[in-house]
Amino acid sequence: MIALLRRDLRLAVRAGGGFGLGVAFFLILCALVPFGVGPDTSALQPIAAGILWLGALLACLLSLDRIFALDHEDGSLDLLATSPLPLEGAVAVKALAHWITTGLPLIVAAPLFGILLHLPAAAIPALLMSLLLGTPALSMLGAFGAAVTVGLRRGGLLLSLLVLPLYIPTLIFGTEMIRRGQDGGDTMPPLLFLAGITAGTLAVIPFAAAAALRVNLR
Amino acid sequence: MSLLSVHDLAVARGGLRTVEGVSFTLAPGQALILRGPNGIGKTTLLRTVAGLQPPVMGRIEMPDDAVAYAAHADGLKGALSVTENLVFWAEVFGGGDISAALAAMDLTALADRPAAALSAGQKRRLGLARLLVARRPLWVLDEPTVSLDAASVARFADTVRGHLAGGGAALIATHIDLGLEARVLDLTPFRARTDSTARPAGFNEAFA
Repeated sequence: MIALLRRDLRLAVRAGGGFGLGVAFFLILCALVPFGVGPDTSALQPIAAGILWLGALLACLLSLDRIFALDHEDGSLDLLATSPLPLEGAVAVKALAHWITTGLPLIVAAPLFGILLHLPAAAIPALLMSLLLGTPALSMLGAFGAAVTVGLRRGGLLLSLLVLPLYIPTLIFGTEMIRRGQDGGDTMPPLLFLAGITAGTLAVIPFAAAAALRVNLR
Repeated sequence: MSLLSVHDLAVARGGLRTVEGVSFTLAPGQALILRGPNGIGKTTLLRTVAGLQPPVMGRIEMPDDAVAYAAHADGLKGALSVTENLVFWAEVFGGGDISAALAAMDLTALADRPAAALSAGQKRRLGLARLLVARRPLWVLDEPTVSLDAASVARFADTVRGHLAGGGAALIATHIDLGLEARVLDLTPFRARTDSTARPAGFNEAFA
């Protein structure tokens, strides 16, 4: 399984792997918003939390279809399915690799982009914590969507339609947590909800996604 | 003691039965060549034996984790070098030394080349080298010699012979004569009758 993680990370940073694409997209989105709504603090501050989380969601979505589609095309997925590696384990590892290459850079870059959107410094810890707890769920749910749509031509669009509604709970509690951090409120309840959603997806998704893959490999 | 025994097997592709009533056994040291016209269901039969899809009817008996499967796609990553590709599969299958596998498929000189820069025949050789690091007793091979030149085909036939001599078995779908001492199973007489039902138990139309 470590071998699979190493391979996926290596592929992501090699040419054409798409590493950094998510962060670049996130940056563009956060840089464009002030042009759209105006640069005033009064206009930007109330929507900063929402924009940051929407940006994270969409940036995450960009690379989702690569999780299984490339391995399906070149036959690796068939070989993985016949290997001693449990397919559930392969799903979990591939989602982890996606999180490391997409989610983690977003978390590191988010405080900087918060400044672009006039997010007050007091809200930065809540921003980091919400992304840290929430983005693993994005990768996990995305892996499930990718498993369901693997092998479909133009599956990327269908994948977005399937996955984005599943992101709603994470989006709600993620933005709520930043907003409470901004206003000096109690961030614990949304934090616990975020952690609970992520823990739930970590427990359930590998099995659901592996079942979907087995059906799609037939 | 047989490594693989198939009883009265029927397989389906896209909801249509292709072949039915196929039975054979493979003991260690034996190879079986599958023949038949295009579309008869050789690939489907091999995928079923490899466990990638369930049989419509019949039984497949073999030890757990016995199959090394090689199909039309070699499962190579173009961005990784020949060595990196092979080391990955060696680690996944818990197999061993890749240098012997590289030498057996005449890839030693190409070891540091990215897989994307290989020719079709070289890629195929790398895909077959994976069989050697997988260390599985039963090789299930779908047209293994596609895009190989004559020398490589001979080399591959030697490799299969070595595998058989070491107590392995091989189930190979191919149209060319590999020069192996193997039984040949022509699937033509097993073509499914059109009136037979193709639905496996629990078949769901939505996934057809």
